[in-house]
Amino acid sequence: MPDDAPIFRDGTFHADAWTLIEDDAPLPPSGDIAVGKTRFLAEIQALRARNGSIGVVLNPGEDLDGIVEHLDRITLVALRFTKFSDGRPYSVARLLRDRHGYRGELRATGDVLRDQLVFLMRAGFDSLHVSHAGTREALRKGSVIAVRYHYQPASAEARETAGPVSPWRRRSF
Amino acid sequence: MARKKDFHPVAATANDLRSGAVVYREPGGGWGPDLRRAEIAESPEAAERLLAQAKADHDACLVVEPVLIEIAAGRAIALRERIRDTGPTVGPAHS
Amino acid sequence: MYRYDEFDHAFVRERVAEFRDQVARRLSGELTEEQFKPLRLMNGVYLQLHAYMLRIAIPYGTLSSRQLRRLAHIGRVYDKGSGHFTTRQNLQFNWIKLADVPQILEELAGVEMHAIQTSGNCIRNVTADHFAGAAADEVADPRIYAEILRQWSSLHPEFSFLPRKFKLAVTAAPHDRAAVQVHDIGLHMKVNEKGERGFAVWVGGGQGRTPMVAKKVRDFLPEADLLSYCEAILRLYNLEGRRDNKYKARIKILVHEMGEEEVTRAIEAEFAQLQGKALTVPAPEIDRIAHYFALPALEALPARSEYYESARSLDPLLALFARRNVHAHKVPGYGIVTISLKPIGQPPGDATSEQMEAIADLAERFSSDEIRVSHEQNLVLPHVKLDDIPVVFAQLQKIGLGMPNAGFVTDIIACPGLDFCSLANARSIPIAQRLSKRFQDLDRQTQIGDLKIKISGCINACGHHHVGHIGVLGVDRKGEEFYQLTLGGSGDETCSIGEIVGPGFSSDQVVDAVETLVDTYLKLRTSPEEPFLSAYRRLGQAPFKEALYAR
Repeated sequence: MPDDAPIFRDGTFHADAWTLIEDDAPLPPSGDIAVGKTRFLAEIQALRARNGSIGVVLNPGEDLDGIVEHLDRITLVALRFTKFSDGRPYSVARLLRDRHGYRGELRATGDVLRDQLVFLMRAGFDSLHVSHAGTREALRKGSVIAVRYHYQPASAEARETAGPVSPWRRRSF
Repeated sequence: MARKKDFHPVAATANDLRSGAVVYREPGGGWGPDLRRAEIAESPEAAERLLAQAKADHDACLVVEPVLIEIAAGRAIALRERIRDTGPTVGPAHS
Repeated sequence: MYRYDEFDHAFVRERVAEFRDQVARRLSGELTEEQFKPLRLMNGVYLQLHAYMLRIAIPYGTLSSRQLRRLAHIGRVYDKGSGHFTTRQNLQFNWIKLADVPQILEELAGVEMHAIQTSGNCIRNVTADHFAGAAADEVADPRIYAEILRQWSSLHPEFSFLPRKFKLAVTAAPHDRAAVQVHDIGLHMKVNEKGERGFAVWVGGGQGRTPMVAKKVRDFLPEADLLSYCEAILRLYNLEGRRDNKYKARIKILVHEMGEEEVTRAIEAEFAQLQGKALTVPAPEIDRIAHYFALPALEALPARSEYYESARSLDPLLALFARRNVHAHKVPGYGIVTISLKPIGQPPGDATSEQMEAIADLAERFSSDEIRVSHEQNLVLPHVKLDDIPVVFAQLQKIGLGMPNAGFVTDIIACPGLDFCSLANARSIPIAQRLSKRFQDLDRQTQIGDLKIKISGCINACGHHHVGHIGVLGVDRKGEEFYQLTLGGSGDETCSIGEIVGPGFSSDQVVDAVETLVDTYLKLRTSPEEPFLSAYRRLGQAPFKEALYAR
């Protein structure tokens, strides 16, 4: 399984079109780059001025203050799961999609496992950076067994069918 | 965990992954339900080795939550471990 | 009660298939224990001292006879023939094999049951008044809203990896039988001046290491806003709850650290964004769910049953049962019958498979096919004709469950404790058994009156000792079991956390100590009409402390 296609999106694995720039590395003049929140806030003008798309990477506990007003120029938000059991990124994802109308790529990165797949997709993530071998294999084969019936609206409304009967039932198939 | 001045002999206990049953690591390397047949580590070095082996068995998906427990005169010292060994001290509900 | 339709069946079926796959991947080693543990907890599978324990969800404590029979069957086939009803209205089996769990879940699915979210850092079983739908004093059936919450919280994508567990309770009568003020979210239903239904919303109650009574963040929340408001609370908790320390991770700590004013402001701010949108509960949906909880067709009967009255006058035990274990029903000629699972000297809250089947038969014949589980580890037959109570009582006696001790000193709540639980520091069941035997004389119990003793084997307080009139907390003192006593706790609408009375007692001493407390109460009460809790609140701790510790 090649490591150069770690991004699962639209049903298949892709190369990562983005470059994550470390806090102390210089911003390259062109290309699509993503930076952490602190750097984003500090260098937003420089980011907006350069030639290339802007992405931001948030750690659990980092909120959207200072980022929301630039969402029109951001085309990647990556939310890091330091541990899959730290569920804060799910709320940030939902706020991005539902509260702030973010339509760019919303990527889950870090401890991303197949057993959280449905939760991730429903919370609004549309791409996953997957390094766990078993998860990559299952996604590649399409062999993830999960529950496709849901009892609450989520941020993936466009990809789900409503009903029947109750206002919040959804089906993701 | 309190540091003990005196080393007590220890056995390795865990729960069987599939059944959840209480098991003890035996000298042959297998795990069985009888504390009386458990391998007893009589020195800190032996205890370290025993724990390492128990953890390897955890990683090999044989057992879960392996720990070392102190033994004296063939019985576990801690009340919790005595209960794990001999079962609940209360009978089931009567019919 | 709620009945599954195709959608509900499909949901549970797929969840079973998912868990079957997760177990297979665990057994094959593809999943490590660290990865698997949250997944199995979300399906109610604990690893305990002796085996895996399976906690089966009984939503708001409501069961049909068919479901109870299936539980009996599972206990017989996969366990050692008995189960334990818990302080959250669920059922636990203590001797389960992991490898059997997928099959057990499949059998549960066949009767519209599951073990989803009975553990783990997610939203747990929504509990409700065990007299719901039958009690005369309720505003509406709280289970309607518990069911709406249950559905909304099932595999909620945003709230499945919370800092810690999250517990909701709903009550709808002025007298709170669901202990809402010691829940993470407590909902107390009421009607406003315009006749509209809504809830007082309590947040941040809980027991455990740092017991706290909840704060009322909203005096009246319209019923339509129920889900939007809860989503706001959960979102705040998910984002801001502490994740650095397991013992400081519940929402009660967040409420305490933020302060009532700030947390209310934060909840209301998020709610303002959600209100009126996708999670608004439409009136037709409330009606649709309410239909499932409509009162069963009950015969029109006179309020007074001559047969029942005559039987009571002839049988003193039945008379006592009538006084203690039968609660007024909203429909004339009916009663709500409590089946005490606290026979003298037995583990509290346990029932054998045979007993479960006998109760299922009674429910089918005499209680419109319905049983309830109370958070005080008893069962309830909610719709029994007064005419039938004598024969029900006789049947209960035959199966060893006719003890007329509901709310008495021997109606003890106890967690499984160190006999079963890997978290425990001390055993609780033997203490309960010994207390039960000490106080077994029914005349003495009658004399003592209402007295709730609650026993926990560790600080996690699953025995709810903090809200016991007398609370017993088992601790480990240098390898010995030791018991601390608390006094004056209560889980009802006058909610209070019990106060530690002084140094603890050994296992040998603790039963005598409790007896001393009881005797002190009997000596100092103003009359037999002053129950223990009232007397304690009037007298304070001092006389009890003196009785226990004065040499």
